[in-house]
Amino acid sequence: MRYLPTLALAALLLAAASPAFAQSSTSIQIEKPWARATPAGAKTGAAYMTIENKSGEPDRLTGGASDVAKTLQIHEMKVVDGVMKMREIPGGLPVPAGGSVTLKPGGYHVMLIGLNKALKKGEKIPLTLVFEKAGKVSIEVPVESVGAMHSDMPGMGHMDMK
Amino acid sequence: MHRRYLIVAAMSAFALVAAAGLGLAFFGVNEGPKLKSGVAAIGGPFTLVDDTGTAVTEKTLAGKPYAMYFGYTFCPEVCPTTLFDLSRWIKALGPDADKLNYVFVSVDPGRDTVQLMHTYLSSFDKHIRGYTGTPEQIAKIAKEYRVYYKKIPTDDGGYVMDHSAMIYLMGPDDKFVTLIRYQEDDASALAKLRKLVAVAPMS
Repeated sequence: MRYLPTLALAALLLAAASPAFAQSSTSIQIEKPWARATPAGAKTGAAYMTIENKSGEPDRLTGGASDVAKTLQIHEMKVVDGVMKMREIPGGLPVPAGGSVTLKPGGYHVMLIGLNKALKKGEKIPLTLVFEKAGKVSIEVPVESVGAMHSDMPGMGHMDMK
Repeated sequence: MHRRYLIVAAMSAFALVAAAGLGLAFFGVNEGPKLKSGVAAIGGPFTLVDDTGTAVTEKTLAGKPYAMYFGYTFCPEVCPTTLFDLSRWIKALGPDADKLNYVFVSVDPGRDTVQLMHTYLSSFDKHIRGYTGTPEQIAKIAKEYRVYYKKIPTDDGGYVMDHSAMIYLMGPDDKFVTLIRYQEDDASALAKLRKLVAVAPMS
């Protein structure tokens, strides 16, 4: 019985030591994931990250799922001649062998469609990404402010909207 | 004798130069969709409903300069970013912010109801009002403001909207002044808004 506190402590330490983002794939690594906080009532959200492919074979991000949204799509966004255009990337987003691809505002994003709750700054949302070869990769994505343009943006904190 | 021709010629030359200057000034600030004609005016009459359910027309905005942005609440990035930026600029204007009107017009009337617009805007500066309407009413205001928008179907049966992503700055006389581009830097955007404040009638 007196081992119980020790065991509990060990369990705590283990939990603390485990990586923040549980990832099941060894070839694909997700770096600095973040999602944009959503305005009240918004039905869509966007998540961004850098995807590293440590394998010798090209891979492809084809889709995924999240508990917070009905569907998830991989989109590309562009502003051309002042017009915003957003499209699903046909066939998914290629991740070169031994290379990486970055999803960021003004470019690629994971589009969360049919949000069942607002994404609030400071929360973490679960995301499972599906890759053509690496399979499923599950991560936890911290939510940054509505105005954030990349993760851990210094100096944006004081500009939080209510 | 010759003097008269000279004066006429000088006047014509002046008129030409002035017209060219105006055209240049106009195209210099226009980075949006191509206009059909360099002299086509931006802005005009409209009938819509605001996010409190009140009917609005161009007369609702008359007398104050205004900033108008066209977008939709289903937009995951450009619209929230623009409204967030605009909210920061409004805050930076301080008390002068009250001298302008700020309007977010939906290009997605099918989904952007009065209630949704109201809820959505509660996340941004309270100066910003939301306008929506019937698809015909939205088509009309988009035409008046030379705004491009297009519904693009997606695989899941839904759709996204292509749309002009700049803020229109209009004078108190409802005349186009300039544009703020997507992600224009704070200093430049604020300078444009302050110019608009400067042309606001004394209240």
